[in-house]
Amino acid sequence: MANLSPRKNEMPTQAPDVRSHNFLEVALGYTEAQALDEAARCLNCKNMPCVAGCPVQIHIPAFIQKVAAGEFEEAYQIISEASSLPAVCGRVCPQESQCEQKCVRGIKGEPVGIGRLERFVADWHNEHSDPASVRRPTPNGHKAAVIGSGPSGLTCAGDLAKKGYEVTVFEALHLAGGVLVYGIPEFRLPKAIVQKDVDTLKALGVKVETNMVIGKVLSIDELFDMGYESVFIGSGAGLPRFMNIPGENLKGVYSANEFLTRVNLMKAYQEGSATPIQNARKVAVVGGGNVAMDAARSAKRLGAEEVTIVYRRSEAELPARKEEVEHAKEEGIRFRLLTNPVEILPGENGFVGGMECVEMTLGEPDESGRRRPVVKEGSEFVLDVDCVIMSIGTSPNPLIKSTTEGLATQRWGGIIADEETGLTSREGVYAGGDAVTGAATVILAMGAGKAAARAMDQYMQNKDR
Amino acid sequence: MYQIVKKKVLNPTVTLMEIDAPLVAKKAEPGQFIILRVDAAGERIPLTVADFDREKGTVTIIFQIVGATTEALNHLEEGDSLHDFVGPLGVPSHTEGLRKVAVVGGGVGCAIAYPIAKKLHRQGAVVHSVVGFRSHDLVILEDEFAAVSDKLCMMTDDGSHGTRGLVTNALKELIESGEQYDEVIAIGPLVMMKFVAALTREYGIKTVVSMNPIMIDGTGMCGGCRLTVGGKTKFACVDGPDFDGHEVDFDEAMERASMYRPFEQARREETCNLFKKEVR
Repeated sequence: MANLSPRKNEMPTQAPDVRSHNFLEVALGYTEAQALDEAARCLNCKNMPCVAGCPVQIHIPAFIQKVAAGEFEEAYQIISEASSLPAVCGRVCPQESQCEQKCVRGIKGEPVGIGRLERFVADWHNEHSDPASVRRPTPNGHKAAVIGSGPSGLTCAGDLAKKGYEVTVFEALHLAGGVLVYGIPEFRLPKAIVQKDVDTLKALGVKVETNMVIGKVLSIDELFDMGYESVFIGSGAGLPRFMNIPGENLKGVYSANEFLTRVNLMKAYQEGSATPIQNARKVAVVGGGNVAMDAARSAKRLGAEEVTIVYRRSEAELPARKEEVEHAKEEGIRFRLLTNPVEILPGENGFVGGMECVEMTLGEPDESGRRRPVVKEGSEFVLDVDCVIMSIGTSPNPLIKSTTEGLATQRWGGIIADEETGLTSREGVYAGGDAVTGAATVILAMGAGKAAARAMDQYMQNKDR
Repeated sequence: MYQIVKKKVLNPTVTLMEIDAPLVAKKAEPGQFIILRVDAAGERIPLTVADFDREKGTVTIIFQIVGATTEALNHLEEGDSLHDFVGPLGVPSHTEGLRKVAVVGGGVGCAIAYPIAKKLHRQGAVVHSVVGFRSHDLVILEDEFAAVSDKLCMMTDDGSHGTRGLVTNALKELIESGEQYDEVIAIGPLVMMKFVAALTREYGIKTVVSMNPIMIDGTGMCGGCRLTVGGKTKFACVDGPDFDGHEVDFDEAMERASMYRPFEQARREETCNLFKKEVR
């Protein structure tokens, strides 16, 4: 008998006034009882609208039926056929605009908590399994290289390894995981979970080489010379953008990438960390995406008295996930919407002393379809802050493009890749994730990695004949 | 892991290490830098490549003990290993087509100026090296510079070695005496590079400086190393570290470099104590 409750089982979370002072995970995950109850809400629709909403096409009704039957490991096996990073996706995917948006239960109530169930299943598996017990596929004698160990690269590497390819992942930093370790904070995605997923890939036979900046240490052409038959580029988003307003190079102005890298990858939030971070009192985060929310919530946890999101459009246009915005608000993050900075003002000793802003109104829709923000005349005011974090996007990293002859890129620098296959202008070279699309989501990058793995497999198999 | 195959104390605060890193050695060029971590919990610090040996597969770094990480690095010995060593990063120094160059080095900056002087010398360029130190006991690489320079001006602040005065005094004298340089390459403390650039601007001599701002990833991801060059924001890690000295906003760079100074000092003192305990 289906559970006819119109509402999802609530996700247990740390109380906002507690969690805003620690870096432990905010959402605590379903209990077995909650998972069984939630799984019983799934109608197991024949036409599976939810699957069409999933960028990696997880067989959602099938895994939920297994959960309902209490067969959690079987549920995990179904998810892992499609996804190399279930514990990650269950936490950071925007399910509300993907699978859950298409859920039939969503028409008259809340959709099934697909993301929460995915997370439950992955966590259950991680608790009850050992990555070392993963069975290694029979080698097929082919070698592939993956550049970048973020979500697209890990997915691509995992899918190829499962088919028997000898895969090497080249990571520029000292730790694998890409944005999952340097960008997304511990309280949203514990690093131990990423590590477990990476360990599972290693158990599958994937080699991970850190400190390898492709384009500098080795070029793509050299990778081919070394016997790799196909290369996937998942090098990520690249250089942070700034607004080009006065005062942006004052001390106390960070890009979100720098701020989050110091906090996450370099553990600046831990007592005794070797990497410093400003002890800020009042912080403004400029931008309205998930990265901005991550930066704001991290700043709060580091002890800032007041953290304000400054965004030039209105709440409806905030690109961040609704859940992230809600969480931020609960934690006391202030929102100054329809507001745009015009200058960062110097304070004492070359540090930030304030930020002059203007108020905005929304005019006609622009080319992005969103209403264009227009400055309200005479609305200048100064926000009292001593730290500003710019979270207004990135532009592609030039290292690979500049060292790979014949690799076509967009005018803005993104690598040109076929939407279906990820094939670039170079034979055997595929690309996906933020390096192609510009800043997007973890799951879209994973979808691209998956599609590329399929195409690379075909390419290498056909080459064989 | 990257083994230290040679360690040499150059002066009380400056140490040379040769690191086993074949892939870095294979590609390294003068002007480029590496990022290292001493141990698994260490911070990432950038150091410019001082030399490399492609056959041996080693890269030489020369560092001054300024913070906790360089202090910890200095406590490692031959046979010990670094946890991480990544590079070569940044754009190599442009030396092609230069026929006569003044290479100006200040303090530990001489470690970076030397391989450039060497490369220019090997290309057949006339090299005039002007190197400056605070005092006699801090002098490094004197013989090395002498071997690759057509003229070497040794300057110390207190006159305890070579001529008393600043590198700018010597450079000005050379220019005034009629030496015509295609380019001046200046590497040293920010304030030294600022004044060298101010001097050569008067004479209209192209001047390249090597910037060494605070960095984290060093691969063009964090933007922490940004500088204003010619009114535009540039990233030292991918656009540099070499820039046109007449375009760099040195005052801003000096201000930004001081961001974490109190933190660094506090941490270095802590680390020193830890090491003292260990030694005992």
